[in-house]
Amino acid sequence: MSGTSPTPGALELAAEVRSGERSARQAVEEALERVALHDPQLHAFVTVTEESALEAADGIDRAVAQGGDPGPLAGVPIALKDNLCTRGVRTTCGSRILEHWHPPYDATVVTSLRAAGAVTIGKTNMDEFAMGSSTENSAFGPTANPWDPARVPGGSSGGSAASVASGMVPLALGSDTGGSIRQPASLCGVVGMKPTYGAVSRYGLVAFASSLDQIGPFARTVRDAAALYNVICGHDPCDSTSLPDAAAVDLAALDDGVEGRRIGVLTELVDEMAPDVAAQVRRAADVLDRAGASVVEISVPEVRYGLSAYYLIAPAEASSNLARYDGVRYGLRVDAPDVARMNAATRAAGFGPEVKRRIMLGTYALSAGYYDAYYGQAQRVRTVLIEAMGRAYGEVDALLGATSPTTAFTMGAKTDDPLSMYRSDVCTIPSNLTGAPAISVPVGSGEDGLPIGVQVLVPAYGEPLVFQVARVLEDAVLSTS
Amino acid sequence: MAHVAKLARLDLTPEELDLFTGQLASVLGHAADVAALQLGDVPPTAHPQPLANVLRPDEPRPGLDRDEVLAEAPEVDDHRFKVPRIVGEAP
Amino acid sequence: MTPVAPAGDAVPQGDDVEWESVIGLEVHAELQTVTKLFCGCRNSFGDEPNTNVCPVCLGLPGSLPVLNRQAVELAMRIGTALHCEIRPSSFHRKNYFYPDMPKDYQISQYDEPINVGGWLETAAGDRVGIVRAHMEEDTGKTSHVGAGKRISDADHSLVDYNRAGVPLVEIVSEPDIRSPLEARAYVDELRAILVATGASDGRMEEGSVRVDANISVRPKGVEELSTRCEIKNLNSLRSLVRALEHERERQVALVSAGGKVVQETLHWDEAAGRTVSMRSKEEAYDYRYFPEPDLVPVDPGAEWQREVVAGLGLLPAERRARLLAAVGDERDDAAVDQVRTVVVQGLDDLVTAAVERGAPVGLALARVANEVAARSDGGVSVDPDAFAELLTMEAGGELSATQAKTVLAELLAKGGDPRTIAAERGFEAMSSDSLADVVGQVISENPGEWGRYLEGEDKLAGFFIGKVMGATKGRADGKQVAAELRARRG
Repeated sequence: MSGTSPTPGALELAAEVRSGERSARQAVEEALERVALHDPQLHAFVTVTEESALEAADGIDRAVAQGGDPGPLAGVPIALKDNLCTRGVRTTCGSRILEHWHPPYDATVVTSLRAAGAVTIGKTNMDEFAMGSSTENSAFGPTANPWDPARVPGGSSGGSAASVASGMVPLALGSDTGGSIRQPASLCGVVGMKPTYGAVSRYGLVAFASSLDQIGPFARTVRDAAALYNVICGHDPCDSTSLPDAAAVDLAALDDGVEGRRIGVLTELVDEMAPDVAAQVRRAADVLDRAGASVVEISVPEVRYGLSAYYLIAPAEASSNLARYDGVRYGLRVDAPDVARMNAATRAAGFGPEVKRRIMLGTYALSAGYYDAYYGQAQRVRTVLIEAMGRAYGEVDALLGATSPTTAFTMGAKTDDPLSMYRSDVCTIPSNLTGAPAISVPVGSGEDGLPIGVQVLVPAYGEPLVFQVARVLEDAVLSTS
Repeated sequence: MAHVAKLARLDLTPEELDLFTGQLASVLGHAADVAALQLGDVPPTAHPQPLANVLRPDEPRPGLDRDEVLAEAPEVDDHRFKVPRIVGEAP
Repeated sequence: MTPVAPAGDAVPQGDDVEWESVIGLEVHAELQTVTKLFCGCRNSFGDEPNTNVCPVCLGLPGSLPVLNRQAVELAMRIGTALHCEIRPSSFHRKNYFYPDMPKDYQISQYDEPINVGGWLETAAGDRVGIVRAHMEEDTGKTSHVGAGKRISDADHSLVDYNRAGVPLVEIVSEPDIRSPLEARAYVDELRAILVATGASDGRMEEGSVRVDANISVRPKGVEELSTRCEIKNLNSLRSLVRALEHERERQVALVSAGGKVVQETLHWDEAAGRTVSMRSKEEAYDYRYFPEPDLVPVDPGAEWQREVVAGLGLLPAERRARLLAAVGDERDDAAVDQVRTVVVQGLDDLVTAAVERGAPVGLALARVANEVAARSDGGVSVDPDAFAELLTMEAGGELSATQAKTVLAELLAKGGDPRTIAAERGFEAMSSDSLADVVGQVISENPGEWGRYLEGEDKLAGFFIGKVMGATKGRADGKQVAAELRARRG
């Protein structure tokens, strides 16, 4: 990437700011310059909050000057996916229906970031209401993959992935319901991680599928991703599904390695993948073997049911979560003589085709006479999968597999066939259904020179291990480059 | 499908209805593998983590500033959200 | 062909069919919590529109519900008082669109409600089964603006979300009720229970208790249930009784003439005195219930349940019995009625307190039932010491009944001390001598009436009492005047 040099790492930057070696203002100004330079081509950002970012940066510099410690991410510029509520700052969720909506409150994670000294510089592009795997479903145009602007960055957190991959910012937050952090991380060559369900508060995350959604970090390094996770994780009394005991990971233990760990290469996440993707997974398995782990092949056939179960549960919950967009209290309104027609006209004009499709699918799956066969059945499949994965974790400590079946595809390649787009999620969906954490770490390129990420899956509360395994893989890549 | 659109308060064009009917059928067709499983005794999972009894004390917390809320409203009258006439009672 | 409907349940026909009403009631009670069901906004009335809202009760994107512990406590108290089984429960979403619904779904309980089964016994001794009593959130309030005030004439509507999210318990009875009067007795007792448990203030006219009624008719002796109709918009006990009577007649007339009752929802029009069809329930709405993913199950556990039982206090039936026992020999129909009124409003403790301070029970009961109850709908109360003192003054002849009532009204309105108030108004009962003088005066001014009274027209006692009261500006005691008249007659 030409132009200004990419951002330094987040922890490195924070250390410099806290020690006074570098001003937060400078860090933020440089980030804003990089955005001004690269984003016209990439379109990763929907809104850039220049003024408030500089103000926040100044505040941090003042705190440092007075001998205070503004926090572990002091002065670090960060981008937030546009489904995270930011008070007074437009939060569109990639949709026309919220194109001009300003939330009157901050998401809990936004408050946590501010307390840690991080500086939000803008809101990133996404598939509308997080429904999609390419960011082509945004009402405001797609985001380009920094590796090749004719290709998608993945989705739904495509903007966040691209903002980090392009070096505009060192950190970004995304959300992951069926793979929306991990898949774009893989396609863009950055680290992306989905925490245990409930480890990060969902208060202020605009809901897509409530029992699957989680907020998670994007970063260029595993260490930075872990540091960001540490800032956002923890119990929140405003979220009833928040775990009472979600703990930060010990950054000092990140390099503990995988000696003695049992790793299972998950057959269902290797077979049927593109050959170059499968090859990377096998290479990653070798790396872990050489690092002292015992590596086996393992099969969990129930994983194959995940795709269908997900495409019943997620749209069903979404159809209910999106009912509130009715033109009454906020957002777009299309006038009509009576309120029901106003609702219907507003939603027709405000939602894109993918959202409409999923609302229809979800409404159908919940409707009288069909509930048991579809939604009810999908919830039972979920139990089956959780139990099957539980059995697998009786034999291994972590699973290894592809994150995405292919490298980044070209824009428009899958937009005509929703089903083929849905299949992009086959590797990532299981962790959403089980609520367990998973990470994608870039390990190399495909035949087309585009990045490939490998996925590590662990049981619930397994964040420490998932970062450790990712570190070993990252080290192997670094040592060969 | 038209009935589903009505339940979902979505105005769909006839073209959209046709397109979605086909696409939904194809998605549900693929879900047939799941639909066919005999899972009668398996309990459904509504929540991935087995939490229970998450309660809060009956104590007031500050709310929102009315002006900030109403500033986002499409139409306001007398500090209330204004909507076109409502036909029929709540279902 | 329309049969005449006399008082009572069964409506006899020309061909001698006796009809039986089968009535079930759904009662929604607003819980008396400090805050709403899922957020920390205040559960209060009369605030400026949309000033009592937050992201949660407005259903803003990204908001999440968190359950109010006290709402669960109160729901359990209701369940315990209704002899329900308290079970682990969960929440479901009931999905439908309406402008007063911030999320366009209501968080309610569906197939796993907190209270299941149970029964209630009315003051008259009829036992009515309870199907369930579950928790759910209330909606906002819409007002309709336009030509008429009814929703169908409106030009547009305005929505206020202050009350959105207020906790409700919905209590569903079995269709065990057999008459409109029994329905009234059920609601009365249920309100008394809600008040006694502290769960709700039980005020139907203010909307904190809302009643929907389901009614069908069948020939007596037939076990099968017939098609029923639901009646909504019953704002008072009177409306409840009138609406059920009307609907019973309508259904009986329809079926007697060979027609069939269509299952529908009816709106009760109090002014017109009839039910109006709202919608046919044949197209039952598909609410697409599914488990609420943003909330986790509630399992109160044995200890909390024990605490609820232990802390429950006396229920209305026990309170009535206690008060009637205190009334003892003076117990008559009027007293029974007064006891009922007093307990329904939770005022029996006041009577007991007054009696403990030396006031006579009959008088205390009468004053509370007739004077205090009428005014205490606004939550007004009276200090038991002051009240007891006043009653003692009246019982001792220091004040007439009329004077006592006036002082009581002031105590209720402003508080204070009864002796001071009485003195300020120059109240003091009349001595029997001065009373005798006034009576004599009135008699001499009205010789014709006096003559008729002497000949046995007892009714004229009232005439003379009235005159004496007027002449003394209320200072005379009505009973004393009556006694004086009788004495003079000999």
